[in-house]
Amino acid sequence: MLEGLFDSRRWQLTFADMGSFIEGFTFTLQVVVVGLIISLVLGTVLGVFSTTRSRILRGISRVYVEFFQNTPLPVQVFFYYMAGPRLLQTVLGTPSPVRLSAFAIGAVGVGLYHAAYVSEVIRTGIESVPRGQMEAAQSQGFTRPQAYLYIILPQTFKVILPPLCNQALNLVKNTSVLALIAGGDLMYNADNFVSTYGYLQGYILACVLYFVICFPLALLVQWLEKRSKQKPRAKAIPGITPEPAKEA
Amino acid sequence: MEIFTPANVSFIMQGFAKTIEISVLAIICSVVLGTVLALVKQFCTGKLSVFKWIVSAYIELFRCTPNLLWILFIYFTVKGSDIFISVLAFTIFTSAVMAEIIRGGLNAVPKSQFEAAQSQGFGFFQSMRLIILPQTFKTIIPALFSQCTTVIKDSSYLAGINVAEFMFSAKVVMGYTSDLSQVLLLYGFVFLLYFVLNFGISLLVRAYQRRVVAA
Repeated sequence: MLEGLFDSRRWQLTFADMGSFIEGFTFTLQVVVVGLIISLVLGTVLGVFSTTRSRILRGISRVYVEFFQNTPLPVQVFFYYMAGPRLLQTVLGTPSPVRLSAFAIGAVGVGLYHAAYVSEVIRTGIESVPRGQMEAAQSQGFTRPQAYLYIILPQTFKVILPPLCNQALNLVKNTSVLALIAGGDLMYNADNFVSTYGYLQGYILACVLYFVICFPLALLVQWLEKRSKQKPRAKAIPGITPEPAKEA
Repeated sequence: MEIFTPANVSFIMQGFAKTIEISVLAIICSVVLGTVLALVKQFCTGKLSVFKWIVSAYIELFRCTPNLLWILFIYFTVKGSDIFISVLAFTIFTSAVMAEIIRGGLNAVPKSQFEAAQSQGFGFFQSMRLIILPQTFKTIIPALFSQCTTVIKDSSYLAGINVAEFMFSAKVVMGYTSDLSQVLLLYGFVFLLYFVLNFGISLLVRAYQRRVVAA
């Protein structure tokens, strides 16, 4: 089952092939960064949509979120991979199928998928801000978009940061879906190594590399969660904030 | 060529049945293992805290690495039937998530419940089985079921190791056509079935939450 796990020769051979692991690792990181940007931007827009007064915008957001949350990411990615090129050909009217790079499929795939989750996080964040804040902002002459941008969204950060980082963690893990379509990411290169040499070491190395990205994120989530549970402490303004009562 | 022939449809539906079978078995196994892990992490203190650290390391390891990695790992190292390999792989990483969910539930049970159970002469296992765990599971039902949809969705990763689950069967059938509209139709069918299943579960959870909030 785990034969050759402690065979030093196998480990040497694995480390000799470190280049392909690092290559996959960098590729994975690039997909993560672009995917994260897509999901944050689209997720924020959809999250704001779901709290507006417009039925149409709320409907768009709802349908998007339900579809992407209730269908599997691998199926979505297979879809982009198998049907995407010819679908784009028909839509754009190009003479040949549109070539989609693994990078584009990966970044768009995880980006669109996690945008649905980010949207829900943003929505709960906005709903946690008291309604009076919007009314106060409008009474001060802010337009609704301005109020969202300057008053509402900044107040949501504390609530949304822990779940957002959790989504980032999941996004990193989900980029491994690229291995299913020969995407050249870390998981794919590791799997390639294992099927070439038949050494388990490839998976262990990949495991360590994923852990190196994800564990700090997991710690960050824990820390942020602990911090968000603490009561907010207003900054002391001399002369206005009453002095804290001294303990006898 | 028409690909929605009775033979093809029944082939795909067999894949769908396999997806459900694997998901249900994996969920049951990971709830059981997850409960054990949660209890160890929560209650093994003092002399037994070495077990607590082992379980914590286990949970962090599987929460911080991709599912697909463990599916491939188990496929490479363990010999057995499709179902066995799939359920084993899903159990090892889902139980880590389940453990954290269950621990959240344990923390939500008031401390007085533990004390009351002890004062009535219940032993540790008795009080867990009869008093604490029933209350724990009641509070975590929403999280538990949303984890079920995650398992159902992630089971499509198994297409990567040629387990004939839903996605894999659909891909096999897709191999018989190059007609774009047929491919789109088939993907529509796959999306629809996954959607109905998962959305149904999430509607049930929402109904349950409303009932609990109303009560």
